[in-house]
Amino acid sequence: MGDLLAARSQMAVSLGFHILFAVVGIAMPVLMVIAETRWHRTGDAMYLELAKRWAKGTAILFAVGAVSGTVLSFELGLLWPSFMRFAGAIIGMPFSLEGFAFFAEAIFLGVYLYGWERISPRAHIAAGTVVAVSGAASALFVVIANAWMNTPAGFRLQSGLPVDVDPIAAMLTPAAFPEVLHMLLAAYAATGFAVAGIHAMMLLRDRRNAFHRRALAVALIVGVPAAIVQPFSGDISARYVARWQPPKLAAMEGQFRTEAGAPLRIGGIPDVQAERTRWALEIPGGLSLLAFHDAHAVVHGLDAVPRRDWPPVPVVHVAFQVMVALGTYLALLGLWIVVEAWRRRDLAANRWLMRAVALASPMGFLCIEAGWTVTEVGRQPWIIFGVMRTSDAVTPMPGLIVPFLVISALYCFLGVVVVWLLYDLVMRSPITRESDGAAAAPAAA
Amino acid sequence: MAIAIAVIALVALNAYVLLAGADFGGGVWDLFATGPRRADQRALIAEAIGPIWEANHVWLILVVVLLFTCFPPAFSGLAIALHIPLTLMLIGIVLRGSAFAFRSYGSSDDAPQRRWGRVFSIASLLTPLLLGVCIGAIASGRIGTMLDHVARGAPGESFASLYLLPWLSPFTIAVGALALALFAFLAGTYLTVEATDDVLREDFRRRALFAAIAVFVTASLALLLARSRAPRVSAGLIASAWALPLHVLTAVAAIGAILALWFRRWHVARIAAAAQVSLILWGWAAAQAPYLVPPSLTVENAAAPRRTQLIFLVALALGALVLFPSMTYLFRLFKTARVHETVPTGRNDSV
Repeated sequence: MGDLLAARSQMAVSLGFHILFAVVGIAMPVLMVIAETRWHRTGDAMYLELAKRWAKGTAILFAVGAVSGTVLSFELGLLWPSFMRFAGAIIGMPFSLEGFAFFAEAIFLGVYLYGWERISPRAHIAAGTVVAVSGAASALFVVIANAWMNTPAGFRLQSGLPVDVDPIAAMLTPAAFPEVLHMLLAAYAATGFAVAGIHAMMLLRDRRNAFHRRALAVALIVGVPAAIVQPFSGDISARYVARWQPPKLAAMEGQFRTEAGAPLRIGGIPDVQAERTRWALEIPGGLSLLAFHDAHAVVHGLDAVPRRDWPPVPVVHVAFQVMVALGTYLALLGLWIVVEAWRRRDLAANRWLMRAVALASPMGFLCIEAGWTVTEVGRQPWIIFGVMRTSDAVTPMPGLIVPFLVISALYCFLGVVVVWLLYDLVMRSPITRESDGAAAAPAAA
Repeated sequence: MAIAIAVIALVALNAYVLLAGADFGGGVWDLFATGPRRADQRALIAEAIGPIWEANHVWLILVVVLLFTCFPPAFSGLAIALHIPLTLMLIGIVLRGSAFAFRSYGSSDDAPQRRWGRVFSIASLLTPLLLGVCIGAIASGRIGTMLDHVARGAPGESFASLYLLPWLSPFTIAVGALALALFAFLAGTYLTVEATDDVLREDFRRRALFAAIAVFVTASLALLLARSRAPRVSAGLIASAWALPLHVLTAVAAIGAILALWFRRWHVARIAAAAQVSLILWGWAAAQAPYLVPPSLTVENAAAPRRTQLIFLVALALGALVLFPSMTYLFRLFKTARVHETVPTGRNDSV
């Protein structure tokens, strides 16, 4: 393995690991605050128990997210020093703001976790709300920094160096809005369904468990709306990519040739040598329609750029297909849940629905990993799209395979431990039963 | 303006050292918990750092972000030259934080508690050591020299001479040991204030006094080695106009802390210890000024464009408006409540 590939792999492992915990840090506080609010409204102590148990899990996940995020902030320099030297002054601003959002998150999570008996219930919910808001703000700022790498703005190039640096313009880069929207919705959908899926699994064993019924309802309130809205946000993202990063869209769709009325390909494997995508289900004019809202629009294929500027097409195409497939599953499942809840059916009693929700548990996270693969691999061979190549940004230190393997081993170990701890936490859930009459159907989302 | 930002960076580093440093020091005392009150010592440490360590940790993020936004070449250079010790330090940070959370929120069974406690405390010992090594490497000036080599393509230089030896020397290890001793000293002193009973307080008083001796030894060693290994900083610390007042002040703080511990004036000891550690940090910075990474990168020549600096300062001011009240709230909640523990109105009983 060469140094560049090792550095890219280490970055991929570090990001892929951190994003799981970051996403939980964004969405779990919302679930906890909803549960705690319901406890105050209804006086039902089970909701308090729920908030406390979720808080325990969140505390573990947040800690791992905080330290793995620290690793990333250093790795930006450790692996890509030339990139940071070029870009630090331009995109340091969102990172700095993220620093303060992270401060707020960490401070009020401490207050939330350790303050149950020290502050008033109102202050406690307020602390949880601050954690939720600052978690979303953290995501906003970090994703803005990533958006800048896709659509660099706020500077002018003069003999290879940035001049006229404008950090504010850099933050308002075109990719910022679609990326942030898509990521935040993904965080709520993935976490909501992951949590709902776990409790659905427990309900399949014990349908009347009062604890899991309440947990399911709260988790779906967060997950379902986000999953249903997400395809619309995906449409905004795709149209932005079509406009600003045509090679990325071409790789996502396996579109080798520039053509009018380009077809939408579902599935298929791009063959880079033959410059065509095989075994895909093609819908005539579909891509043009989706990308430009015009079935006859011209879509730029990979042939529009030199081959050395192509991203790794098969990886991007397959990752995109996986993301769309899983996202569609979650959106359709969300609609099914809305219909069932609308008809005032008992969700937990519907075994097929519970199975479908249980199956959805890992899907949002897989979706997020696939989506980031599309964004990051699709940007290659550039670290700053059209401005700096990834190969020019890597650190001069040889032997980068060693830190890559060390960090990977560390994260594998932590991943296993976290899963085991959470399993243990779920298995020790309360087993209070509930009579059929009292079964609370979740409110329609 | 660049100088103002460099001073802010140092203030943030100072906050990290005084707050997170003590959290690491707590981990060290967890490792060296001995005697019949071993479990009580560990419980006190866990309770002291539990609510605040994550917030304290963010100061490090702030330092890093500040460095790469306002001094990109310095950040980039340090990341190249200190790749190995920084990666090791990160592993320490990851294991310390994760293990602490696993111990606090995972299974309360004995075996996993002990296992994660061990990981937490060993990582707490190694991380400050590596942080000190990195600072020692910067002070020595050899990082800057190494970067100049790399910039010229490093002809005929071996891996070790570029990526190991600039940061691995008796001097850098002495600075690492000094950092560790300082953090343990801070933690021991803070814990005398936070201890819930007098027996435990005496335990940490002994530990803090022992750490004070370790600080004296490692500081002397580092200063001695600095004369040949970090001549610029050493010269600054000896010959500058501010050198004498600085040393006098540091000595006053150090002796004050020891006397206060000796005479059991816990709050005075805490302030004196924090002052002593801060003065050591500022002494290093003053001796190294105007260099960020000697001998080539200065505060001025490594600074980002003025516009970035200006906007950053505005963002910093806005952030501080949010940060300081929140921080004050957090510390009031968890660090003063103990004093009022016996006063019934001090706690809310509605939960």
